Amino acid sequence: MERRAYYRNKGLPWLLIAPQLLLVLVFFYWPTSQALYWAFTLEQPWGGGNTWVGWDNFLSIFHDKEYWGTVVRSAFYACCTTALSMFMALTLAVFVDRSLKGTRAFQSVYVWPYAIAAPAAGVAFRFMFAPEAGLIGAINDIWPGIWNPAINGYQALGMIIVCHSWLGIGYNFIFFLAALQMIPRSISEAGAMDGARPVRRMLDLQLPLIAPTVFFLLIINLISSFTDSFGLIDTMTEGGPFGSTEVMVYKIYFDGFKGLDYSGAAAQSIILMLLVVALTFVQFKWVEKRVHYN
Amino acid sequence: MIERSRIFDIVTYMVMALGVIVVVLPFWITIVAGSQSLAEVSRVPIVLWPSSHLWDNLAEAWTRADLGPKLLNSMIMAVGVTVAKISLASISAFSIVFFNFRGRMICFWLIFATLMLPLEVRIVPTYSIAANALMPFQVILDTLGITGLVETLSGLRIDMEWNLLNSYPGLILPLVATATGTFLYRQFFMTIPDELVEASKMDGSGPLRFFWDVLLPLSRTNMVALATILFVSTWNQYLWPLLITTDRQHFGTAVMQLKSLIPALNGTQDWNVTMAGALIIMLPPLLVVALMQRWFVRGLISSDK
Repeated sequence: MERRAYYRNKGLPWLLIAPQLLLVLVFFYWPTSQALYWAFTLEQPWGGGNTWVGWDNFLSIFHDKEYWGTVVRSAFYACCTTALSMFMALTLAVFVDRSLKGTRAFQSVYVWPYAIAAPAAGVAFRFMFAPEAGLIGAINDIWPGIWNPAINGYQALGMIIVCHSWLGIGYNFIFFLAALQMIPRSISEAGAMDGARPVRRMLDLQLPLIAPTVFFLLIINLISSFTDSFGLIDTMTEGGPFGSTEVMVYKIYFDGFKGLDYSGAAAQSIILMLLVVALTFVQFKWVEKRVHYN
Repeated sequence: MIERSRIFDIVTYMVMALGVIVVVLPFWITIVAGSQSLAEVSRVPIVLWPSSHLWDNLAEAWTRADLGPKLLNSMIMAVGVTVAKISLASISAFSIVFFNFRGRMICFWLIFATLMLPLEVRIVPTYSIAANALMPFQVILDTLGITGLVETLSGLRIDMEWNLLNSYPGLILPLVATATGTFLYRQFFMTIPDELVEASKMDGSGPLRFFWDVLLPLSRTNMVALATILFVSTWNQYLWPLLITTDRQHFGTAVMQLKSLIPALNGTQDWNVTMAGALIIMLPPLLVVALMQRWFVRGLISSDK
């Protein structure tokens, strides 16, 4: 898309774009290059600047069993959260899309989780899942000791996954519904005339037609579950019990700010950055393809 | 609706009702627990009906977490980011779309590449820049030898420092340095027909006049949408405020206080106060989303695609 009508002015456009460029340089490009610098250097224990160590920081991370545990955990976390959240949102969107009477009231409620801060949801879910409190903890009265996320790592991780998926419902729902409503009624009507039942229409008509949205959300959800989990984990488990809920972002925070190992944290940041960039590129590639189809 | 099917309609309502339960349950639990007394909230199984102590718990949470100043800080941060981002985004998108200058595409890509990396993944280095936001310029001057040159010529040593720790600019500026708003504005400006530009040129209006009198009024709905999204997401920030404010008492935000409200492992399990506090803290963005739903949904969809 190129414009034919432009304003001509030498200084003005630069003046207008300068504030944003400055901010982006100072708070984005500088830190990102700083991270690269740290990742390949090591601070001298007696001071006197950093020395170049090449890939050593990365190698020591790759040889760290604990780090691989964190990576596997993060991947598992991301996949579960994405699948659960998208499934719930899509189900709701499909039924809301039938626009029966009174649907609007339901629809506006489904958006609510989007407004909630992750730590606030974390606190609420922590109470709901607390072994000594009366909601999920009530099953401990029937089978004593069966539920205790403060000791059982799998339960702790599951609890955070449920909470993160809940938080994502609103956002995913908005996009799914918008995509479903873009499908021309006539297509579904034609399908119905040919005798396709609602479920069949959903699988064979609606799903393929909203495939781009599904893919877009898949990437966005994966990225957000890799990067956005800090608020939840910090309020729900602080990475415990015994590190069983420590994901990549939390380890970066912990090594960097508690352990003061900037080089190690920077190297971990670089790896996470590469992961996020890779996911974004996959998405761009897909968008390109979609443009071709049209 | 395409065909009438009694059974399928019932199924539809049942699924939607189930959805409401799933979505509302955490809110309900928060309200219920927040309104109970310590004895009631400790009961197993819990009674899922509000009690009469909501006001006491709210007051207790308010003083315990010092919520007055903290909510004010959150408000300053959220409004600051919203206003700064919208202003910067609109003028930089204007510059990119309506001017043809050399380096336009480079600026475009420099700004939009920031969409790729969320703040969380570059948190450690961003924190170090906050200790001195002018460091990049200092380093540039140093490496170019300008510092030394000035020192020998005038005897003055250039030593720039701007510490952002424990300050409102520190809370706000790094959150402004992304391209979400710019992207939305660019998308919108691209839909403005060339004829409109030509017409206002013919009427003799300069670029700033055109921006102020034509573009801004036209973009009002986009602005409202963007403002809601920005307000909500900034209010809900957790990791960045946590790092940038070591002086919690004066610069802490409301969301940061949640953790301090959680009962200690061996302390009194007064979840009722915790939940009342959570209720206060989650209310402002929830209200914004509930009231501005129409605009915010539109903005969300057009800003991310």
